[in-house]
Amino acid sequence: MSADAPVLEARGIVKRFGHVEALRGANLTVGRGEVVALIGDNGAGKSTLIKVLSGVHQPDAGEILISGRSVQFASPVDARREGVETVYQDLAVADDLSVAANLYLGREIMRRGPLGRLGLLDKRAMRRGAAEALEQLGVAIPRVTTPTGLLSGGQRQSVAVARAVVWATDVVILDEPTAALGVVQTRRVLELVARVRDAGMSVVLVSHNMPQVLEVADRVEVMRLGRRTARFAAGEASTDDLVAAMTGALSTEPDDDADPPL
Amino acid sequence: MTGPRAQAGEWLRERIAVAVSEFTAATALVVLFAVLCFASPHFLTADNLFNIGSQTAVIAIIAVAQTIVIITKGIDLSVGSVAALAGVMGAIVVRDLGFSVWTAALVAIAVGTLAGLANGVLITYAQLPPFIATLGMMSVGRGLVFIVTGAVGVYSLPESFQLIGNGVIAGIPFAVVVTAIVALAAGYLLSESRFGQHVYAMGSNLEAARRAGVPVRRNLIAVYALAGSLVGLGGMIAASRVSSGQPNYGIGLELDVIAAAVIGGASLFGGQGRIAGTIIGAFLIALVRNGSVLLGINIHYQQVIVGLIIWAAVYFDQYRRRRLETRV
Repeated sequence: MSADAPVLEARGIVKRFGHVEALRGANLTVGRGEVVALIGDNGAGKSTLIKVLSGVHQPDAGEILISGRSVQFASPVDARREGVETVYQDLAVADDLSVAANLYLGREIMRRGPLGRLGLLDKRAMRRGAAEALEQLGVAIPRVTTPTGLLSGGQRQSVAVARAVVWATDVVILDEPTAALGVVQTRRVLELVARVRDAGMSVVLVSHNMPQVLEVADRVEVMRLGRRTARFAAGEASTDDLVAAMTGALSTEPDDDADPPL
Repeated sequence: MTGPRAQAGEWLRERIAVAVSEFTAATALVVLFAVLCFASPHFLTADNLFNIGSQTAVIAIIAVAQTIVIITKGIDLSVGSVAALAGVMGAIVVRDLGFSVWTAALVAIAVGTLAGLANGVLITYAQLPPFIATLGMMSVGRGLVFIVTGAVGVYSLPESFQLIGNGVIAGIPFAVVVTAIVALAAGYLLSESRFGQHVYAMGSNLEAARRAGVPVRRNLIAVYALAGSLVGLGGMIAASRVSSGQPNYGIGLELDVIAAAVIGGASLFGGQGRIAGTIIGAFLIALVRNGSVLLGINIHYQQVIVGLIIWAAVYFDQYRRRRLETRV
């Protein structure tokens, strides 16, 4: 609960799938108003860790803390209730729904009074709210009634990020948000990340793109073989350092023996 | 950039685009209607229109049910069997237990709802694909209807049994009135309610909906149960129309209602479909059938024509979507 406790912290997370140990005591620390890049080679456990932190997977051991308070996420809904919003790599939006409907999916505004209790939507309020939210975030979408599937890849990703930002109170997790995007679209999404940070929110950014990571992140945490092996302040590390840490040539973390017990 | 006026203009354009999606099928419907008016003196008569209306009522109601299922990326192959079972049960409770026709309708709806619930549970909890779950129900339902009837139709029903299928209110067939109420309510539910929004979301991207906190299982069960209840109602109207419970009713009905939904713009890939389109599709098929009979066209050509319409409707719909995509 203390003010200087990390907004989000994972301690010694273990996750097994059958005989495969995807996470072997993984740690992650995210301070308030900080963009933390989470990097690692394929199979290092980044996605699994993200899914544990967003409530999709339940860890076999370890602890998740929000502002120093231990929490358990039985489902994505639990994580969101604690202010952690996640943008997943590929299944962020429903293409057939309008932009406004996607922003409010699962959290629709209902009509006032008995009509609302009967389950009727206040579509006008959602259109207005979506337009305002997108404008505040500087996301240029021609109109919020457009089916999301008709937007460009960058616009769709911006909608997904905006959706997370609008509802998050503490942390937004972005899993490879620019993997499928072109240069200009990537720039837009990164600008959006910076704006989110400036608004006081913390961001966890999973990425493969080293220059991008060094540009936008305040800190970098490196995963290898299911655990954290290195942490850098973004200013101190070079691309070579990051690659060395990803491949196991460099480690800033204590040895296995000194890690939290499994 | 986007002032209120520009927004309003965009909004209007969007509305028009939506209208155009039903335009192809609607135009075909109007043209066919006009052609039949000229081609046959018997077409534009109160009797014939009355007949088309009540014939189409059953297919339209069940097509509405099928549309809701298809929007979730599902399919219900059991509609024909379940309609037959519901109609037969409705007839049996009137004949053997002396129920009124209205109570019998409730029994038929309950039978359909139960079958739909079973479909929904098989799909969500046993995680069977909708095609398989409802294929099984198609067989189970048909088996049950032969078991309860001994494969003989249920006859000796009172005149009142025909009220639902052949009755008239203010000059309009009662079945048509029921169909209109069902279609309006379903259309409103899909476009204005949270449940409807979730139906589209689940069909469009099930995992995204789940992670957004949409109660996916509960909703899917509700969708199949709701569809089942409409199938039960349709089965009762069909039985009432012929004043008997027919164990053979509805064989191949699933294909007719899927055709109506697809002609009306529903996508088997989920996420798309509208009740208004489905109703147009159902009437288009009905007019083809009726017109063929009036013009003395060989019955086998009807099937060919309906097939051609399905191809044309889906082709034009995809063409329109591609154009919309390149424009935005």
